[in-house]
Formats: sequence, structure tokens, C-alpha cells
Amino acid sequence: MSETTATPHAHSAAAPHSELIGATRDESRRLMDAWWAELTEADESGRPVANVFVMGSFAEILRCFDLPMSCPEISSLQTAVRGKSMEYLNAAEDAGYSPDICGYVKVDTGLHLTGRNHPNGRLPKPSLVVAPNTCNTYIKWAEIWERMYRCPVFVFDLPGWRGTNGQSADDFESDRAYVEGQLRELITTCEQVTGRPFDVDRLREVLSEVNRLSALYRDVIAENKNHPAPFDAMLDGLNYMGICNAWRGDPAGTRFLELALDELRERVRLHMGVLAEERFRLLAIGTACYSHFRRFLELFHEWGGVFVVSEYMSYAGGGIDKAIEYDLDRPIESLAEQTLRSANESFSRIFYSQDWQAEVVREWDVDGICFHGVKSCRTVSTGQPDVREWLMRHHDIPGLHIQSDLVDARLWSDAQLKNRVDAFFEALASRKVALDA
Amino acid sequence: MTTPASHLDEVVAEARELVEDTSFPAVHRWLESHPDGKVLCHFQVYFPEEVAHAAGMLPIKLLGAGGALQVRQADARIAAFVCSIVRSSLELGLSGKLDFLSLFVTHPICDAARNSCGVWARNFENIPCQILYLPHNVRSTYAVEYLEHEYRRIGNVVAEVTGRPVETDALRTSIGVFNENRALIRELYRIKRETPWLLTSVEAYVLTRAAAVMPREEHNELLHRALAAVGGREAKPQDRVRVVFEGGFCEQPPIDLLAVIQDVCYIVDDDLLIGLRWLTEDVPCDGDPFLALARAYIETSSYSPVQRDPAKPKDEMLLGRIRESGAEAAIVAAAKMCEPGLEEQVGYSGALDEAGVPHLILEFEEKATVFEQVRMEIETFAESLLFEFA
Repeated sequence: MSETTATPHAHSAAAPHSELIGATRDESRRLMDAWWAELTEADESGRPVANVFVMGSFAEILRCFDLPMSCPEISSLQTAVRGKSMEYLNAAEDAGYSPDICGYVKVDTGLHLTGRNHPNGRLPKPSLVVAPNTCNTYIKWAEIWERMYRCPVFVFDLPGWRGTNGQSADDFESDRAYVEGQLRELITTCEQVTGRPFDVDRLREVLSEVNRLSALYRDVIAENKNHPAPFDAMLDGLNYMGICNAWRGDPAGTRFLELALDELRERVRLHMGVLAEERFRLLAIGTACYSHFRRFLELFHEWGGVFVVSEYMSYAGGGIDKAIEYDLDRPIESLAEQTLRSANESFSRIFYSQDWQAEVVREWDVDGICFHGVKSCRTVSTGQPDVREWLMRHHDIPGLHIQSDLVDARLWSDAQLKNRVDAFFEALASRKVALDA
Repeated sequence: MTTPASHLDEVVAEARELVEDTSFPAVHRWLESHPDGKVLCHFQVYFPEEVAHAAGMLPIKLLGAGGALQVRQADARIAAFVCSIVRSSLELGLSGKLDFLSLFVTHPICDAARNSCGVWARNFENIPCQILYLPHNVRSTYAVEYLEHEYRRIGNVVAEVTGRPVETDALRTSIGVFNENRALIRELYRIKRETPWLLTSVEAYVLTRAAAVMPREEHNELLHRALAAVGGREAKPQDRVRVVFEGGFCEQPPIDLLAVIQDVCYIVDDDLLIGLRWLTEDVPCDGDPFLALARAYIETSSYSPVQRDPAKPKDEMLLGRIRESGAEAAIVAAAKMCEPGLEEQVGYSGALDEAGVPHLILEFEEKATVFEQVRMEIETFAESLLFEFA
């Protein structure tokens, strides 16, 4: 997150040309520090805090109750970027958690077992957990906190993609009614946890901010259609979506993306790419490896490879790339519709995204796809080899499939990964020559 | 054991053959007598098979291939750190053993199973592949209504495949067939609990599991024969530890692992194939059958790590299973790479520690063939308990 640093290759292209260049990274650091300060203060003062997840945080509701949101995926990731994840992983494994489960869960559990002292601040105890079913592990994770703290857990069901037969309007209406009903139940739960009444006008304000955030986020992603791409979707994109998750529905988050868009447009005006020379444009499927984040990016940057799009920015960005347009005249109904739609088009799409990937390759002028599977996350990783093969067979799109982990440094095999990445770029280079000829 | 156990042995052998034969002989026999018949394969854990049955389909449960099939093609399509059952189930399809498949259904029980829908859809482009979205927020006021609609939706998919709608009366009749089946399995489990020396764990397991791969009417008939034969069996109780086996809700432990356990323990209750026993009471055959099935899923059902239900805290449910079966200890297992099972294992272990219930933590994989290490662990565990209880 805010601690991320560019690879040496990226630095060389980022010499300041105007005050805007670099401003987004500075602002993301400031906002992330402020987010941590609020969590630390909440822990000290005993203010209620909600633990939420990026694929369906329900920030729109929680902000109405001024509930600070602790995002354990973000805090777990940050320990890895700072080289601290192993001590928490070990603490969780000592408590009986298997090496074969999600590393985010274990880092977070380790944090809770060792006094909740995070390198960035103090992790509060949850007063409420909102766990959507967009990742099944969220539910198991919530149950760990439930066992630790006896805190209320609200599992929010977002019925997703149903498979290849599609859904009728009647089916969508059934899902929508279910989601709307749960929203109303979540509101009641928040009232009970905070002792505050729900204010629908406050909800309208929050929805309005998210509408603006969503439009800006889409504009940011679209800027990378430019050549060279002004940002790396796995590096800067991580900052964009991190801030959008932590500050979703707050004006500070919206102002941040306005700044980001201004900087990107300035970079485009100056023909300033991520690297001095952008040789290959890549689509990233899956996450990065945060215990070796800099090295992960370096493997691609040293070949002139830039991640111009990442699927991660969609689902882990909370689905705000999906043109959210809340109708403020019917806020709860509209929130139900849009939440369900983004669950279908963003979170659920992970399972069947080959057509979307092929479209991105065309629209963003992508040379190849990097599929990075992580042991920690079966949601994003399970079908990656199959999609890679399908895209090669149906669209002749080159793909690289590599595997490591999100936060577990033991699963990073540098020589093996470098061999695979190098071979991929050599093949891409040959392919370019052949296509040019 | 003495005669007429040999009769039971024959029924068990018949069931075991069906369970272990990855060519699905009972399905092919059914297709021979139903030349236009369609087969629905659903992944673990629970599927309302009555809905498919009512439209004339044969629903079968995909339980992986155990160690009976070398996984080759599926390994190239699924990431490395995914459980064996997801891989070997796909391998069954890719290797042509499910050439009768007309509809595939999976469930959001875990992230790998949910992903399977996309993988199957890409690899079997002419077969409809579906996710039945069973609710996770089952205590929402809106969950039953949602699930009823979801069952109707899957009923419409079934109707498209079969060309035959799911009629109300047919669904009631199907519920009756499956009620009978569940009652017979409950009787099998009563015997396991009350007189485990009359029916070994492996016998009870293969008799139950045969339901997954054969028409339910035939399975009912098989269980009637088995139960009649058990009644005539003469055997004496032995000095074995009574245990509950937990962790078989999805990927199945190798039968040989159950045999190792039964050498020193009586498995008096378990969660093996819990989907076949998910509904714990008869589903009403009057009223709206879709609604009745939806209500039963939520209100009169078992528990597992892949369903959250605040009304059924899993720790308490496990302790209840141990108490009600008169078990003295538990074997808390999990399949390798099974995220929900491995996570639940820690919670279960804590609850058992707190309640003072001795337990053994195990990890298994369906395709395992060597059990010396695990045999030693189980024997040591059982011996320590026998000394403690002596």
C-alpha cells in the first residue's frame, strides 16, 4: 500500500516534471496514515469498529453510523510489504492453523493472537463483522473473530453468477429482494451496535460520493489505454484501490482519485510512462506477491513489461469500476441493485472472465497476460491455468502462469519464477518480431 | 461374525462395487432402461435431488475419484494448491467417464468448488453448467423465500434439459422417495450408534455412499436388504473406543483409512457424506414442495463447515453429536488443501479441549494409499484412551 516503492526501472521514468508528478503517492501515504490513526484511536477509546472485506465492504451503510472500517486484507498485505508477515503467520500456525489455508487469515489471526500490534498502528477488536459471501474464506475468517471476541457477525449473501444458462429478470428480482432485505437487516444491526438511529439523508450523501468515486475510478483505469501507460496497475493500481476501499464514501477518497486522475493526465501529456521504455503491455490476472512485492514487479519491469490492466483492480476495488450510479431518490433499493450488479460483474466474474480478458487485450492493446496464482486465494487462482489455455486456444493470446503466495515468503521461488518470466518475455519478443514482419 | 452375516456381506459387496467403479455401472444400467434419460451430476455437499428426479432425471453426486483415477488432464486446468476432489471430479469428466452428463451443478461451498463452474463450462461447452446458490445468511428473514425461488430457478434449468417441467405432484412423489431414503440412512446410523459391533464403519459407509451413484429407488431397495440382514447378524461388542469422525463433509477419506480407524475404534457417528443426510427429518409432502424443500434446508438440517448458521454453532453441534452418540472421543479430520475444513479444525479442537473431549487431529487426501503413519497415530490415540478409561 502506501509503503510500496517503485522498482528502479520505474523510478527512472518518474523524474518530476511538474508538481503533480508523484503527488498521488504522497497523498495515498497521508490517507493511509490517517486511516491507521483512526483505527488506533478507536482501539484506545473503545469506539466501535467494523471489520469488513474489500469484495463487498458495505461502506455505504457503515459510514452512516460513523463506524471506522478495519480491512484485514489491507492490514495483512501491509505486513508483507514491510517484511513482517512471517512472524504473524508463524504465530497462527503455532496455534494450529494449517500451512495450506489463506495467508491473509493467518497473518490477521497472528496479529490478534500477539496483541494486535501492527507495524502501522494498533488493530482494534471488532465490534461488528460484515462478511460477504463473495469469498467463502471471509465467512470462516469472521468465525475466527467471533470465537475470539464473541462479536456480532453479519454474513451478507450476494448471490452471484449462476453459470452458463444466464438469469431471467425474475431471477434477478428475487436476488435483489433478498439483498435489499439483508441491507435493512444490516441497518438494524448497525443501530444496535452503535446505538445510533439510521439517517437516510446521510446515506444519500455517501451514495453520492461513491457515484463520483466510481466514475473517477473508471476514468483512471481508462487512462492506461494511452501509450505509454501512465501507471502500473499492479503498483499504482494497488494504491488507488487501497485508498478507494479505506475511504469509499468519504470525500477524501473522492478528492484522492481526482488528484490521481489529474496526475495521470499530466503524465499522458508529458508522454511519461511507468518505465523509460514500455516494451510490453500486460494484463494481470490474480494478485501480486506482497512478501516480494518489489521483486515481483522487477521481474516484469526489467523486460519493459508494464501491467496496464489488472483484474484485481476490479474485484479488490470493491467493484467500483462497474459504473455504479446510485439513484438517490430510492437509496436502499438502488444500493441493493447496484451491489448485486457489481457482485455479478466484478466479484463473480472471476470464475468466468475469459471473454472480458479477451476484450481487455483488444481495448488496452495488451501483448500478453500474466496469471499469478497464489496459494492463499482459491477464489482468484483455481481456474487460472484453464483460462490461460482457453485464451491461447480461442484467441491466440499468450499467457504466463506462475504461482507463489500473497504474504507467505516461503512460497516464493525466485530462480524458478525468473526462469518462467524470462521465457515468457523471450517468447513475446519473438512473437512481436513475427507480427511486425 | 457368523451367518447370516454372509448375506449382509453380499449386499455390502454390491454397494462397494458400485462405489469404487468409476465407470458408473448403475448409471449406465439406468440409461439402458431409459434411453432418453438425462443425468445431472452435482458436486458436494447438498443438492435437492428431488427437483431433478421429479423431471425424470437421474441425479448423481460427484465425489471425486479417490485413488481410482490418475489425475492428468485436470492438473493442467486447475491451480496446484486446490484439493483433490475438485481435480479428480474434473478428471472424471475430461477422461470421458461422465459421457452421460447432461447438466453439471456446483455450489458456493468453497472458493474452489464455486470456481469449478467456470472450469467445467469452458471444458464442456455443450453442457449447461450451473451454480446453485444456497444461502449463507440462512437466518435472514428473507432466506427461505430466496431459496424457494432459487430451487424453482434450478427446476427451470432441469426442465430445459429434460423438456419436462417439474410438476408439483411429481415433486411431492420424489420427496416421498427421498424421505424414505433418508429414513433408511437414519436407521443405518441408529445401528452405528447403538450397536456398532453389528455393522462396521466401512460397511455403513459404502452402503450410504452407494446412494450417490445409483437411482434412489434402487438404493432404497438395497438398504432394505442391508437392514434386514443386519438384524440377523450375531456379533459381540468389543473393547473399542467410541469415536465421532468429523471432516468428511466434502472430500471423502479413503475407505482404507476408515478401515484403519475401525480396527481400533467404533465410529458411532460422523459427518461423512453429510449432504445425503443434510435434511434430518421427513420433508412434508403436502403444500408447496419447493417451499417445503427450502424450509427443510434451513430449519431441519445438519451442520457443516461450509454452511454458517448462527442457530447451529458448529462447536456446539459437534459436542452434541458426540454426546448424543455416546462417543468418548473425536477424530477431527480435514482434507488436504480444504480451506473450510482446515479452518474449522482449529475451532473444533479448541471447543473439544474446553469440553475435555479427547480428540485426534488428522489430515487426509482421497487418493492416499499408505496408512502406516496414520495407523500408528490412531492406535496410540486409542490405546491412550483405553488406559485412561480403564
